[in-house]
Amino acid sequence: MKNICFYFQVHQPFRLRNYHFFDIGKRHDYFDPIKNEEILRKVAKNCYFPTNALMLDLIKKHGDQFKISYSISGTALDQFEMYLPELIDSFRALADTGCVEFLAETYSHSLSALRSKDEFISQISAHSARIEQLFGQKPKIFRNTELIYSDYIGEVVASLGFRGMLTEGADRILNWKSPNYVYYHPNNPKLRLLLKNYKLSDDVAFRFSDKNWTEWPLTCEKYVGWLNALDGNEETINLFMDYETFGEHQWPDTGIFEFMRALPEQVLATGNYRFVTPSENIKMLNPVAPLSMESPVSWADQERDLSAWLGNDLQDDAFDNLYKLSSKIKSCCDEELERDWLYLQTSDHFYYMCTKYFADGDIHKYFSPFNNPYDAFINYMNVLTDFTLRVNKAIEKKNAEFRAVTNRNLVTENEKIVVPKLHIMGSMK
Amino acid sequence: MFGWEFPPHISGGLGTACLGITRGLLENHVEVLFVVPKAFGDEDTRNMRLISASATVLHETVREFTTVNEFLTEKFTCYGANAYLIPYLNEEQFEHFTTEFAIEKRKEREEHTERPIYTQFDFSGKYGRDLMDEVWKYSIIASQIAKDNEFDVIHAHDWLSFPAGVMAKRISGKPLVAHVHATEFDRSGEHVNQNIYDIERSGMENADKIIAVSEFTKQILVNRYSIDPDKIEVVHNGVEYSSSPKQNESEVNETFPEKIITYLGRVTFQKGPEYFVEAAAKVLEKDKNFRFVMAGSGDMLTRMIRRVAQLRISSHFHFTGFLKGPEVEKMFAMSSVYVMPSVSEPFGISPLEAVKSDVPVIISNQSGVKEVLKHAMKVDFWDINAMANAIFALAKFESLAEHFARESKKEMEELKWIYQTKKIKSIYEELVTK
Repeated sequence: MKNICFYFQVHQPFRLRNYHFFDIGKRHDYFDPIKNEEILRKVAKNCYFPTNALMLDLIKKHGDQFKISYSISGTALDQFEMYLPELIDSFRALADTGCVEFLAETYSHSLSALRSKDEFISQISAHSARIEQLFGQKPKIFRNTELIYSDYIGEVVASLGFRGMLTEGADRILNWKSPNYVYYHPNNPKLRLLLKNYKLSDDVAFRFSDKNWTEWPLTCEKYVGWLNALDGNEETINLFMDYETFGEHQWPDTGIFEFMRALPEQVLATGNYRFVTPSENIKMLNPVAPLSMESPVSWADQERDLSAWLGNDLQDDAFDNLYKLSSKIKSCCDEELERDWLYLQTSDHFYYMCTKYFADGDIHKYFSPFNNPYDAFINYMNVLTDFTLRVNKAIEKKNAEFRAVTNRNLVTENEKIVVPKLHIMGSMK
Repeated sequence: MFGWEFPPHISGGLGTACLGITRGLLENHVEVLFVVPKAFGDEDTRNMRLISASATVLHETVREFTTVNEFLTEKFTCYGANAYLIPYLNEEQFEHFTTEFAIEKRKEREEHTERPIYTQFDFSGKYGRDLMDEVWKYSIIASQIAKDNEFDVIHAHDWLSFPAGVMAKRISGKPLVAHVHATEFDRSGEHVNQNIYDIERSGMENADKIIAVSEFTKQILVNRYSIDPDKIEVVHNGVEYSSSPKQNESEVNETFPEKIITYLGRVTFQKGPEYFVEAAAKVLEKDKNFRFVMAGSGDMLTRMIRRVAQLRISSHFHFTGFLKGPEVEKMFAMSSVYVMPSVSEPFGISPLEAVKSDVPVIISNQSGVKEVLKHAMKVDFWDINAMANAIFALAKFESLAEHFARESKKEMEELKWIYQTKKIKSIYEELVTK
């Protein structure tokens, strides 16, 4: 009996408006409400609503035999609330079945894990609180932005009490190891690692509609055949994918919905598999070995590293300038600044600045609202410049207030002091 | 007078200069007949005649292409050549042409370039794909225009209209003045387009007198084109100057606590943008109380952005893209110092625009404008240390900046087109009385 663990990433960034140099200091509304609402409505119509309905049907049909998990970023939840509150209800209906687990992540789907431990932790707790408030469950499993993971990140996550974490399972990263077992953090054995079966995941997420793929068209029979062909000793198949696979990346006419609708029944009919949530998975299976990843990995692009977001000069300079502000933000105590600060950290902004043109560049272009990475960079830096000016002003104001108070105190104290008079002249006589 | 553009339809400084020259000559009681490839009908043509080559019909006699062809072939070795000329795309066009859409459009046009025999040509008057083709057609039409009109002197502006000027001279026998606003070396550095060079050179050789916009340009004509220095007169450009009221206060720099140092112009090799970036890094290394702005677009822009990010100065170095009229004024109003680090600038009108807005300027020694602006900081374009020093001094020492701004403004007031065209008029008179 093997476990099958479905996990879906649900995320929307707050895309920036066109923000010109001349806007700096003049306007502070950085995000494009029209574009963001438009895209959210489109994705909701193509993917979120129909796929949620499908998942709910499947859960009802198979009772507690069909289980799935989600991580929904805080920025996505904020957009749901702003533009389409029905979406929250739709996910809540899934939560109420008891067959759906919601995972923790950073609030703004950020790269904070790579730069600021404090920021990372505070974003995780903000997100967890939000999930608990909306869906009535406290997340126990952590999924970092785009499956970014390293030993260090695992250590921080373990210290927060999470029991497990999801990450990428590509060959290059695992060497000889199979992603189809549960592993654990080398220094923190309590933190279990679930690895994405990248081949079987990407067969659905990326290749499903690719007519040049030798396996096209992918049928449930074929897919179950592949599951059956796996090594009999292996214990779990972790299918991690972007939720937009359904209806948005793979359009309805590719047959993706029919595929998903039929898959659980055919899988269960073999009697060899059970669907589990990530929490159940790590409870059920014993970890086979420690797994160490010294440098960060992710599920993005062919490199499965950070190069989608960081590494070129544009990205690195923007990233440095952003996180230079992290200590200042905390001392501002300004809600608007804190909200903008969160939204500006969203990893997508750095993804748009990626200059890896070949192969992966197409995907970057598909997701980017900008013509090219240079425009994305300039726009972001203009916004960040204005934001920095606002932060500095807020701090100046605080300092001025502080000085005013302390000066007042000093004056009152001075009045009490009786300055002793020195009779130097007299003593000279 | 043969030109290629006339305000308001301009892509560079050439059209503006042509308007200034025309207005100045009119004030000096010289009648002007100005020919452009294409007139749009909204030009300000007070007291002058603007002839559109597109609207000119070739008569049977001139349409004997063989003689025209023979003449052009004899005078211009590259006659008929066609090339796509990147330095001639302005910023907007450059952006446009580099999009996929534009590539598609261009392909479409290429497929339809076969044309029958004409009695009339339709010019775009732009600097597009068919530029060379239009230059030759323009010269053919010029022969007709020379036949149809009365005049004493022919004056042709830059290589684009040199063949037209030479053609008009052949038909009319009147003297030709070739006016050089820029050479191929200014536009393309050492990678000159040989066809354009040839046209420039034979245009000048066939002219009776050459006007260069600066001593700097004159030297290029002498050294690079082997033109007799005695044949060249230097007439600096004028500048339209009316002491317009200052920008309203909200436009000045209240946004940034730092001083703003501005580069404004096309971001191309010959304008030296990389020296500005390097100098900025030098300044910022010492003192963060500066912001640098690169306003403009061009084929070097992405390289500049990468370099700025690589130097880790993008928090203090901003890119505005191409700016239009009122935005340029706004930019100047915000600026403490204007820098023109041109590698080769025949004249350079934009520092004067800065001076107009009371902004002190730093200009490169490799420019014509340095001959008329005594009160400006001058550096060699490659000397980034000197440039950084000058930026620092002008931005930090207010009395110095005020002195430069005030004095250079005075100098500029003397650079009126009415005075400059007086010199042009005496060149005409000399030619006519010869």
